Amino acid sequence: METKSKKVVNMDMKQYGMFFALIIIYLVFAILTKSANTTPMNVNNLIMQNGYVVILAIGMLLCVLTGNIDLGVGSVVAVCGSVAGIIMMDYKMNMWIAIIAALLVGFLVGVFAGFFIAYLGIPPFVTTLATMLMGRGLTYTLLQAQTKGPFDQAYNFIGAGFLPVIKIPFGDGTLDLVSIAVAIVASVILVISEFKSYATKKKYGFAVNPTWQIALKLAAMLFIIWFFFYKLSRYNGLPFVLLIMVVLIAIYGFITSKTVAGRQIYALGGNRKAANLSGIDTKKVFFWVYVNMGVLSSIAGIVLSARNGSATPKAGDGFEMDAIASCYIGGAAVAGGAGTIVGAVVGAFIMGILNNGMSLFGWSTDIQKIVKGAVLLGAVTADLMSKRKKA
Amino acid sequence: MSEYILEMNHITKEFSGVKALDDVNIQVRKGEIHALCGENGAGKSTLMNVLSGVYPHGTYEGDIVYKGEHCVFHNLRDSEAKGIVIIHQELALSPLLSVAENVFLGNERTSMKGVIDWTETRRRAQEMLARVGLEHENVNVPVNTLGVGKQQLIEIAKAMAKKVELLILDEPTAALNDEESRKLLDIMLELKRQGITCIIISHKLNEIEYVSDSVTIIRDGKTIETLVKGVDDYSEDRVIKAMVGREMTNRYPVREGVEIGNVIFEVKNWNVFHPDDENRQMLKNINLQVRSGEVVGLAGLMGAGRTELAMSLFGRSYGQKISGQVFINGQEVHLKTVKDAVKNKLAYISEDRKTYGLNLIGDVKENMTIAARPFFFSRHGVINANDEIVAAEEYRKRIKVKTNSINQVVGSLSGGNQQKVVVSKWMMTQPDVLIMDEPTRGIDVGAKYEIYCVINELAQAGKAVIVISSEMPEIIGTCDRIYVINDGEIAGELTKEEVSQEKIMQCIMAHNRKGDGDGNEE
Repeated sequence: METKSKKVVNMDMKQYGMFFALIIIYLVFAILTKSANTTPMNVNNLIMQNGYVVILAIGMLLCVLTGNIDLGVGSVVAVCGSVAGIIMMDYKMNMWIAIIAALLVGFLVGVFAGFFIAYLGIPPFVTTLATMLMGRGLTYTLLQAQTKGPFDQAYNFIGAGFLPVIKIPFGDGTLDLVSIAVAIVASVILVISEFKSYATKKKYGFAVNPTWQIALKLAAMLFIIWFFFYKLSRYNGLPFVLLIMVVLIAIYGFITSKTVAGRQIYALGGNRKAANLSGIDTKKVFFWVYVNMGVLSSIAGIVLSARNGSATPKAGDGFEMDAIASCYIGGAAVAGGAGTIVGAVVGAFIMGILNNGMSLFGWSTDIQKIVKGAVLLGAVTADLMSKRKKA
Repeated sequence: MSEYILEMNHITKEFSGVKALDDVNIQVRKGEIHALCGENGAGKSTLMNVLSGVYPHGTYEGDIVYKGEHCVFHNLRDSEAKGIVIIHQELALSPLLSVAENVFLGNERTSMKGVIDWTETRRRAQEMLARVGLEHENVNVPVNTLGVGKQQLIEIAKAMAKKVELLILDEPTAALNDEESRKLLDIMLELKRQGITCIIISHKLNEIEYVSDSVTIIRDGKTIETLVKGVDDYSEDRVIKAMVGREMTNRYPVREGVEIGNVIFEVKNWNVFHPDDENRQMLKNINLQVRSGEVVGLAGLMGAGRTELAMSLFGRSYGQKISGQVFINGQEVHLKTVKDAVKNKLAYISEDRKTYGLNLIGDVKENMTIAARPFFFSRHGVINANDEIVAAEEYRKRIKVKTNSINQVVGSLSGGNQQKVVVSKWMMTQPDVLIMDEPTRGIDVGAKYEIYCVINELAQAGKAVIVISSEMPEIIGTCDRIYVINDGEIAGELTKEEVSQEKIMQCIMAHNRKGDGDGNEE
C-alpha cells in the first residue's frame, strides 16, 4: 500500500510503566541510603537473594494467567530442599541424585495438585491450601524439626557460586572480563533483535514506532544491562543463580508469547468455556500449569537450600505470597488472561529492591511488610484505575 | 400539562470528544408503548442511560422533562424514585435467591429498619407476579430454576414493585423464543391497559410493529424521525429504511452461481442423553444430510434440541451416552473432542458469543486465530506470529470487522463486530462443514446482512452450512432446505419452495400431537 511509510504509532508507555517504577524506587533508595544499595556487593546480593522469588514468580504467573494462584509453593520449596538434604547428609549420596530426587518430588507434588484441580475440579485455592499445609507438615516430619547441614561446597555452588572469572586490576579493585564480555554479547543481541523486529514490521507493512522512541528504549535498556554487569564485574563476577534466572526467563518468555501451548493458557484465563469450544483441552492446560509450578518450586527449593548451605523446616515460609504479589505488581490481571513473564520478574525485583533498600536503611522487617503490602495494593489499584479510565 | 409524560430535548452526550448523542429529541405520550430503533451503536442505550441517571445530570447537555417537571437525576435511585425503571438486556437477578427476594431486591419489605418481613415479602411478591401473568409461580424457589422467559417477567414484576410509571425495556426478547416473546409482548400490552408507559428497545421489527404505538428511530446519535401507528407508514421496511438510511430491498442477499454437489456431511441414528441425567434422552434417532454448496436450516422452538444436536456433534461438547455415526466427505469420523472435530473440518459457531465464543479481554487477532492455530499458524508448537497477523488482517477486511486494528480488545467492539470475529475464527479453520447457531442474534440489520453474505460466500466455495435460528424469516430467507426439529426428533423436512412460517409451525404441532398420542398408548 502507498501508506506503508506513514504507519507510525507511539509506544504504549504503560507497557514500560513497571520499569520506570523499578528504576525510580531504586533511585529513591540510592538517595536514602547514600548509594549503599548501588555497591557491587549489594547489586550481587539483590540477584542472589531474589533468585528464588523470581523463579517462583515465573511459575506463579502461569497460575495467575488461569485466574488462580498456588498457595503451596513455599511448602514445596521446603520439602524439596529437605529431600535433597536428607539424601546428601543421611544417605551420603551424590548431589546429582539429590537434585534429581528434589526435582522429582516437585514434579510429583505438581501432578498431585494438578490432578485434583484439573480432573476432579477442586478449586485451586483449596487444593493448594491443602498442599501448603501438607508440605509444611511433611518438611517438619522429614527433618524432625531440625536444620540439616552443612552441605557440600559443590551443591552450594548452585545458590552461592559464581561463573568462571578473568579478573584484572581496575581502579581500587578488580574487573571481571567475563562479565564485560557477556554484557557486550547481550548488547549486540539486543540491538540486532530490535533491528530485526523493525525490519519485519516494515516488510509486512505493520505500524512501527518513531525512531527516536526506539533509540530511547534501546539506550535505557543498554544502560540497565551495563549498570548491572559492570557492578557484578567489580565484585565476584556472574552468580550462577543469574544464569538459572536468565535461562528460565528466556524459556518461559518464549513459551508464553510464541507457542501454541502458552497462548492456550491466556485463552483459558480469558474465557474457559470459549477456550473449550475452540478445541483447547483446558483440563490438560490446567494440569500442566500446576505440574510446572511444582517443578519450578523444586528448582527454587534447590537454589534456596544451596544458598543457605542447609535445609531448614521453616525454609520458604511465605514465599507464595511474594510470588503472587510479584505477578500482580507486574501487571497480571487478577481474573486471569493477562500478564507477562517480564512483568512478573520486574514485580519480583520491585519487591526485592524494596526489601533490600529498607533493610539497608535500617527499617525492621515488620515495617517492611507494611510497606510491601501498601505497594501491592497501590500497584493493583493504579493498574485497575487506568484500565477503567480507558474503558 | 402536555400530553407527553416524557420529553427529552436536545440531548447531546460526548465521550472524550466523540458525540454518542447529537441533539436527540424524543417525546413519549402517557400510556403508550414507544419503541426506540436503531442499529447497534446508534445511541439507544446511551439515551436510556441519560434518562435513568446512569450518566448523571451535568455530564450531558439538554433537558429532560418528565410529568411536566425538569429532571435532575444524579443516579439510578433518583430516577427510580420518580417511577422510571430500566430493565437491561442482561438480567439483574441474583440466581440463587428466591423469586420473592428477587422481586424486592434493593427494595426490601421490612418490619423494623433492616429486618426483612418475609410474610409481607412473599404476599406482595405473589401480587406482583399475578400482574405479569405468573400467578401460579412458587415464590420460594431460586430464580435460576426458572427459564429465561419467566426470569424476564420477574424483572418486570420487580419493576412493578417499585411503583413504576415509565418502564424501559432494553431488548427484552433477545434471549427468548417466539412463544415466550409473544407472551412478554402481551404482558406489555396488559401493562399498557394498567396505565404504565413503556419504552422498548428492540431489533425485532415484527415485535415493534405488533406492540408499539409509535417508534423513534436513531441513527449515528441523531434522531431521524418518529413514526406513529395509524398515521404513518408503519411497516418493517419503512423502519429499516430509516435505520440504515437506505432502502433495504432485500434483507437476504441472493445466492448466485452455487452448484449443489454431493452429500459431504451426514449424520445417522444420532442419539444423545442429558449430561446430568442418563435416563433422559435429548435427541432421538437424528438423521440428516447436507450437500456441498447447500445451506440447511434447523428450525424449531427453543429447547427443541437444536443447539444440543450441534454441540453433541461438535466433539461431544454436550451430553452423554452418545451413539450414531457421522460422515464427513464420505468418511466415517469419530469426533471425541473439539480438536478432532476441527481436524476433520467441522466448525461450530456458538449461539452465545460472549460466554462460548470469545475471550473478551483478548484482542481481535488472538480471538481470530486461536482455533486454527495448531493447524495453520504453528510449527512444532511454535507460533508463526507474522502469518497470524497477515491472516487476521485479511479476514478483518474481507468480512468488514469495524475495528481500529487487529490489536483492539474484543470486549470493546459492538455485538455485530464481535460476531464477525467469531465467524472469522471458524472460517480460519477452513471447515468443510460449518454449523452457525443463531448467527445474527442481537446484532443490527447491517451486520446481519454482512453475515448472510458470508454464508453465501461459504456456499459458493462448496462448503456445507447449517444454520440454526429462532427467527423463522431468517431461516426461510437463507436456507435451501430446512429440517424442523421438535422435542429431540426431526419432525419434518421442507424445501425452499414449500417452506413458510405456517408450514414450520404446522410441522411442530403435528409432531406434538403425535408425541402425545404415543404417550397415551404407553
